[in-house]
Amino acid sequence: MAKTLETPKTFKPKMGKKELELLSKLTDALGVSGDEQEIRQIVMDELEGIADEMRVDHLGNLLVTKLGKGEKRLRVMVAAHMDEVGFMLIKDEGKGIFEFRVVGGIDPRQLVGKQVIVGRDHVPGIIGAKAIHLTTPEERKQTLPVTQLRIDLGPGGSAKAKPGDRATFATKLQVMGPTLCAKALDNRLGVYNLIQLVKNAPENIDLLAAFTVQEEVGLRGAKVAAFSFNPDIGIAIDSTPAFDLPHYDGEENTLYRTHLDGGPAIYVMDGATIADRRLVDWLVDTAKAENIPWQFRQPAPGGTDAGAIHRVREGVPSVSVSVPGRYAHSAAGMARIDDELNTLRLLHAALARLDENILLRQE
Amino acid sequence: MTEKKQDTLLQLIKKLVETPGPSGQEQKIRAAVREEIKGYADEIRTDALGNLIARVGSKKEGGMRVMVSAHIDEIGLMVTHVDDNGFARFLAVGGVSPFTCMGNRVIFMNGARGVIGMERLEPGKVPTLDQMYIDTGATSAKDSPVQVGDVCGFERPFMDLGKRLVAKSMDDRIAAVIAIEAMKQIKKTSPNEIYFVFSVQEEVGLRGATTAAYGVNPEVGIAVDVTGVGDTPKGFKLNVKLGNGPAVKVRDNSFIADPRVVKWMVNEAEAQGLPYQMEVLTFGGTDGRAIQMTREGVPAGCLSIGSRYIHSPSEMVDRDDVENSIKLLAGLLNNKIELGEL
Repeated sequence: MAKTLETPKTFKPKMGKKELELLSKLTDALGVSGDEQEIRQIVMDELEGIADEMRVDHLGNLLVTKLGKGEKRLRVMVAAHMDEVGFMLIKDEGKGIFEFRVVGGIDPRQLVGKQVIVGRDHVPGIIGAKAIHLTTPEERKQTLPVTQLRIDLGPGGSAKAKPGDRATFATKLQVMGPTLCAKALDNRLGVYNLIQLVKNAPENIDLLAAFTVQEEVGLRGAKVAAFSFNPDIGIAIDSTPAFDLPHYDGEENTLYRTHLDGGPAIYVMDGATIADRRLVDWLVDTAKAENIPWQFRQPAPGGTDAGAIHRVREGVPSVSVSVPGRYAHSAAGMARIDDELNTLRLLHAALARLDENILLRQE
Repeated sequence: MTEKKQDTLLQLIKKLVETPGPSGQEQKIRAAVREEIKGYADEIRTDALGNLIARVGSKKEGGMRVMVSAHIDEIGLMVTHVDDNGFARFLAVGGVSPFTCMGNRVIFMNGARGVIGMERLEPGKVPTLDQMYIDTGATSAKDSPVQVGDVCGFERPFMDLGKRLVAKSMDDRIAAVIAIEAMKQIKKTSPNEIYFVFSVQEEVGLRGATTAAYGVNPEVGIAVDVTGVGDTPKGFKLNVKLGNGPAVKVRDNSFIADPRVVKWMVNEAEAQGLPYQMEVLTFGGTDGRAIQMTREGVPAGCLSIGSRYIHSPSEMVDRDDVENSIKLLAGLLNNKIELGEL
């Protein structure tokens, strides 16, 4: 039996001690694509007793239903992927040395010299590199391919880890003034936001919250989650790169994707989805009405779970909203607390004003 | 064909090719097609992604549920940034080549117009799309008539060269014309339940046809689309030539046409005494793939119209090919379909 929570008239998200604790639990956990158990457990613990239904599907998606009240409620799927990019051990070479491969999109230049955690026990290790004393100037110009790198777990490594185990960067979340610095902000920010949306779900809709798996390897979880939910509308919530840095030569930066402090990034088009215009307008109108800063994510390649959701069954009008973040898919990304909170505010306010008229076509 | 009939065909082609409708922005072209077909369909609906789906007839003894798909979207551009001086940077919507951009004119869905220019490059260097921009006549970001996310199509009037017809979006409006004209010729005696799908977002990955096919759940499907030709100077080595008749697709890079569908199309062309040619395309993809891969799988093929200069603002087709394709498609749909064994 679901607990009835009162929907606050005005939803005012904040980032206090309790919220930061949850967010850091999420960012610091290990949830590389295909092994999202740790994240799933955190979400399940948070939403215990709050959801009307909570189940794990065959691929590992956590599907949470929070029913609204009243007639003609839209079934709105909001998806946040739980998985992060990372590594998989592929060969035990003895003495705690493991060969590995990347899972999802990681630039190999990011890897050398990083601390990592391995497996569900978070065994500490490092991706070692030849000391500068031993390298030639020529070697230092080369990027080392992943095939030449190893994760070093130290003596007794074979007892602590085995091929198939996942690994990720060992970064812990830090707050640096207005900024969150952590690994896996893509997409633990989305997971965090979706948890908050379920806890504060507006009653005018049926909220179908999909905490999805395997997004980073091809939107795989969202595809089956959307088939299962069969929603009227799909919204992917994610974190998207910001490249809002000045050009070294003083030229205008025209390829910034998003700006930190610019507010939630609303998608028009990416490599996987052309956002439904009605939904884009709805989000923009909401932001304007609620005085929430917002920005368009520059149309560019890349994709979110919306790419899978909108193509399921007879089609689902879909859109994406992301928290902008610098240095995504690396050991340490950066996002602004204000962008995070404004994204949550926008999503909540938009959902709260949603009705069936949104799907009327004016033509 | 009589001269009068010819004129109405050309008028329909002109109307459809001159209506802007890049992928995801098919509202105007959808409305234009709906207007054309409203007297000929038993049921018309627009699905969640914007596909226009028109049913003609109901399944009778020995009939099949058939999906015909002609995509109504075209390639276009989307604004990614408007700079301080009002120049709009852009991204391609679908397969747009920098070769066809420089100096071209575009029209936005909000009516704004512009021309495409490019940064100064070393002589002989081919620009990339991000070295180009749309000049809308604005003098600053503030007075720009377009903003990030706005979409435009290429602007070019229809040109009638007699035997050959030229337009910016023959791909795939000529197929929409063929589907509409075939729809008008469906007889009450047809045993088939025919779903004419005017699909969206084909140019960005067969997306509309994917969901339309799921909804229609057809027993057999035919995409209608343009295809590359091998009859231009030092061009592609392809079998299909302008004027040699409708092309029966055997394969492209997205799917292998069901051999039963290929045979069905060939048999119908021969029965009507129509010219036809076999198409083996070494690139490209069509809605045929989306139909074939839906649900439990569907026998699917593609009726192609040879076209020169595909994805340029001057796509050229042959008028006789168009007329013969209408006859072929109508014949396929009017008769009992015998697919035979695989």
